[in-house]
Amino acid sequence: MNLKERVKDILGDDLLVMAEFRGDLCIEVPSKRLTQVLARLKEEGGFDFLSDIIGIDNIDLYVKKAKKGKKEADEKEDVVDIGPPPPRFEVIYLLLSLSTNERLQVKVSVPEDNLELPSITSIWRAANWPEREVYDMFGIRFKGHPNLRRLLMWDEFQDHPLRKDYPLEGKGEERHLDYDVA
Amino acid sequence: MTKKFETICITTGPTEYSDYVTLNIGPIHPAMHGTLRVITKTDGETIISAKPEIGYLHRGVEKLGENLTYTQFLPITDRLNYCSAICNNVAYEMAVEKLLGIEAPPKAQLIRMIMMELARIADHQVCVGILGVDLGALTPFFYLILQREEIYEIFEWHHGARLTNSMGAIGGVEADLPDRFHEKWPKLRDSIRKANDETDKLLTHNRIWMDRTIGVNAFCGDDALDWGFTGPMLRACGVRRDLRKDEPYLMYDKVDFDVPVGKHGDVFDRYMVRMLEMEESIKIIDQAYELYKDFPEDAPLMKKVPKIIKPPEGQIYHAIESPNGELGFFIKSDGSDKPYRIKIRPPCFMVYQAFEDLVKGEMISDLIACLSSINVIAGELDR
Amino acid sequence: MADWQIDLIKVVFIWTWALLIAVVMTWVERRASAMMQDRVGPNRAGPFGLLQPLADGIKLFTKEDIIPKRARKILFILGPPLFAIPAFSTYAVVPFGDKIVIGGKEIILQVSDVNIGFLYILALSAIAVYGMVIGGWASNSKYSILGGLRATAQLISYEIPMGLALLTIVLLYGTFSLREIVLQQQGTFLGVLPNWGFFKQPLGFIIFLVAAYAEANRVPFDLPECESELVTGYHTEYGSMRLGLYLFGEYVNLGTLAAVTVSLFFGGWGLPYIDMSKFLGPISYGIASFLVFFVKQAFFLFLFVWVRWTVPRFRYDQLMGLGWKALIPLGLINLFITALLVQLTV
Repeated sequence: MNLKERVKDILGDDLLVMAEFRGDLCIEVPSKRLTQVLARLKEEGGFDFLSDIIGIDNIDLYVKKAKKGKKEADEKEDVVDIGPPPPRFEVIYLLLSLSTNERLQVKVSVPEDNLELPSITSIWRAANWPEREVYDMFGIRFKGHPNLRRLLMWDEFQDHPLRKDYPLEGKGEERHLDYDVA
Repeated sequence: MTKKFETICITTGPTEYSDYVTLNIGPIHPAMHGTLRVITKTDGETIISAKPEIGYLHRGVEKLGENLTYTQFLPITDRLNYCSAICNNVAYEMAVEKLLGIEAPPKAQLIRMIMMELARIADHQVCVGILGVDLGALTPFFYLILQREEIYEIFEWHHGARLTNSMGAIGGVEADLPDRFHEKWPKLRDSIRKANDETDKLLTHNRIWMDRTIGVNAFCGDDALDWGFTGPMLRACGVRRDLRKDEPYLMYDKVDFDVPVGKHGDVFDRYMVRMLEMEESIKIIDQAYELYKDFPEDAPLMKKVPKIIKPPEGQIYHAIESPNGELGFFIKSDGSDKPYRIKIRPPCFMVYQAFEDLVKGEMISDLIACLSSINVIAGELDR
Repeated sequence: MADWQIDLIKVVFIWTWALLIAVVMTWVERRASAMMQDRVGPNRAGPFGLLQPLADGIKLFTKEDIIPKRARKILFILGPPLFAIPAFSTYAVVPFGDKIVIGGKEIILQVSDVNIGFLYILALSAIAVYGMVIGGWASNSKYSILGGLRATAQLISYEIPMGLALLTIVLLYGTFSLREIVLQQQGTFLGVLPNWGFFKQPLGFIIFLVAAYAEANRVPFDLPECESELVTGYHTEYGSMRLGLYLFGEYVNLGTLAAVTVSLFFGGWGLPYIDMSKFLGPISYGIASFLVFFVKQAFFLFLFVWVRWTVPRFRYDQLMGLGWKALIPLGLINLFITALLVQLTV
């Protein structure tokens, strides 16, 4: 049985989307079921090694799409439906099976109004710092994390620098300071 | 309750927590490689807790990656693990190549292999040397560092830089092996072996060295996997895992080499694993060089890549075995000439997060030994 | 010349000599370590970099003298001299030559031949600890305190094996005076071996040497000031000439320890098998005996350097373990056997 079928077998209804690109398999699962899904993948799928946790801010993708849509609409002089904006953030868990050397990307979406995910430090202790880093860089909080503080930025820092709206020049966090004053 | 009981057992002294001394080691401290900082709580010399604080060398490499083109990001990767910049370069190039769906020509792959193994030797030499320095043995460091300079000589001949190499390009390497390499390598091989031998004589069976390293912060293999260890740290714990063997890339499946594995995961095993890996690297270079010789001189070194690299939309993760362990690049492309998101998986990041588990209950001297044996590179850790 | 004038000359001479040895030792340490490590070493100041120590001295003198705000000022100032002065003072009882006859006056080449020279050495080496402890305490820095703490534990526990090793020598020669001991070491015993303490007390010598390394704070026993862990231990907060005194005192201490080793175990100024006084004039004999003593001392000084650049350093608990679990029992056994032998032979 190849990897795709096995993953389908294990996850069943929890599997939302499955995509393959250049041999890398990426699946999307609902964020509410994240801990269960990862635990099952670990127990039944043999994905016993957590390689990394990656946060992604998708806002620019949507902005780009919207621009493109508008351009098309101008050309066609018609309304082009680009759909509702997708959940702003997504978090990817890179799993690895030590016995078969297969890698799997497990993706969960995190909407901007509910920046919360269950922590998986109980499944892999390795998730400790990567989760802190994702919190630091994107502001996604992990419920149940033993020590969710900033990791790379200093504690007083206000903003989350890897978000796409963090400016390249100047002190991005000052936006927040201004906001506080006003 | 159990927690408190443990603490009492360790200290066998006053149980008031206020009696512990908070010792702030780093970020400016002779043994803190680069800018690391550990906040330790000690009872006399025994460490009750050790909290690593990182981020002092955070330069926003990932944010930079999102705003530079694929080619422009290559020199930035030098600044990750600056002891073996070539491995970072090649890891990044291969990740982008995977994203583009191309593969470097075989001759370029061999050159990459040779250079990477040289970088691996250089990295291990620094690590072992510094471990010696931190334990008070200064002399082996100089024996090893002299050979590292010779290795850097080859790098300089090939691509003009010694430390921040920026070797190769996306799609291959820019230059053939330098002519002088062919005479240099046999001599260099002997002198590297000699330096390793001298180090081995001075350290390995030295009673003080054995006392200082054997059994010091030993770690279990299962724990190590749980914490996400890779590379020499994991192999010292007794887990045979090497991406060069398990997920062969370049031409590692065409060469024959062993993966040295430790038993207890203590400082001594890490030291031995690194020492033996240098020998394996020499073997790999020899074999790769033999393979290299079969190629005609005008064999292609570069795959055709467009001047402005615009990979298709998609996301990939590609990892190689860097001297410290699994070095992975996750790249998400949105179809433009800049990566939408670059995430680097540095090997020592995962190891360093288990630092408290490693050093708890040991002494301050062991903390220093542990830190050197992990080979934490601040540039790679903080990015 | 009056006696006090001669004494003054001797004091000045040995003082200068001790300083000179310390100065040259800093140079030797660098050059020898460079030699061992495939390096060149300092070679810019003067021929072979011989003026390097001078340059360092000038640098240390002209640096700003900083006393940390929270430091205990008086103790902070007191620390370095307290460390350096005992090191110098020990030279007072070390016989650095036999005797020299000038104008019919016999001058013993020793500042003062006190009959309790032994106890004097032990007492002074114990005082030197206070220099480190006070320096570490007064700096009001955690690293310094840890260094001072280590110094206390280490030096006090190594005092005991050292004392035990020295006691065997006292038993053997029946005197506390160093000159007497050296005089008794001339000639041979068992026909072939020189009459040296080393051949009579090999175990005692090894214990003494290890304890001496520990007393001198050198690798492998340089825990009070180990660079990689405690930055530089008890003198982390010191700068300028105060630091210089600590560093300098260490080298003077080396010289003293080497001199004591030579006097106790290697026959002091005497050459084995050859009696120099038979064929040398009174003045040249005095000088020759001094030179012989110096050559022996130089060998032990070099040994200090040699060991330092060869081995790694102990951990704190291992160091204490070695002292209390290995050296002290050995010393006691050695003392017991020596006492038995002395009792049987006398």
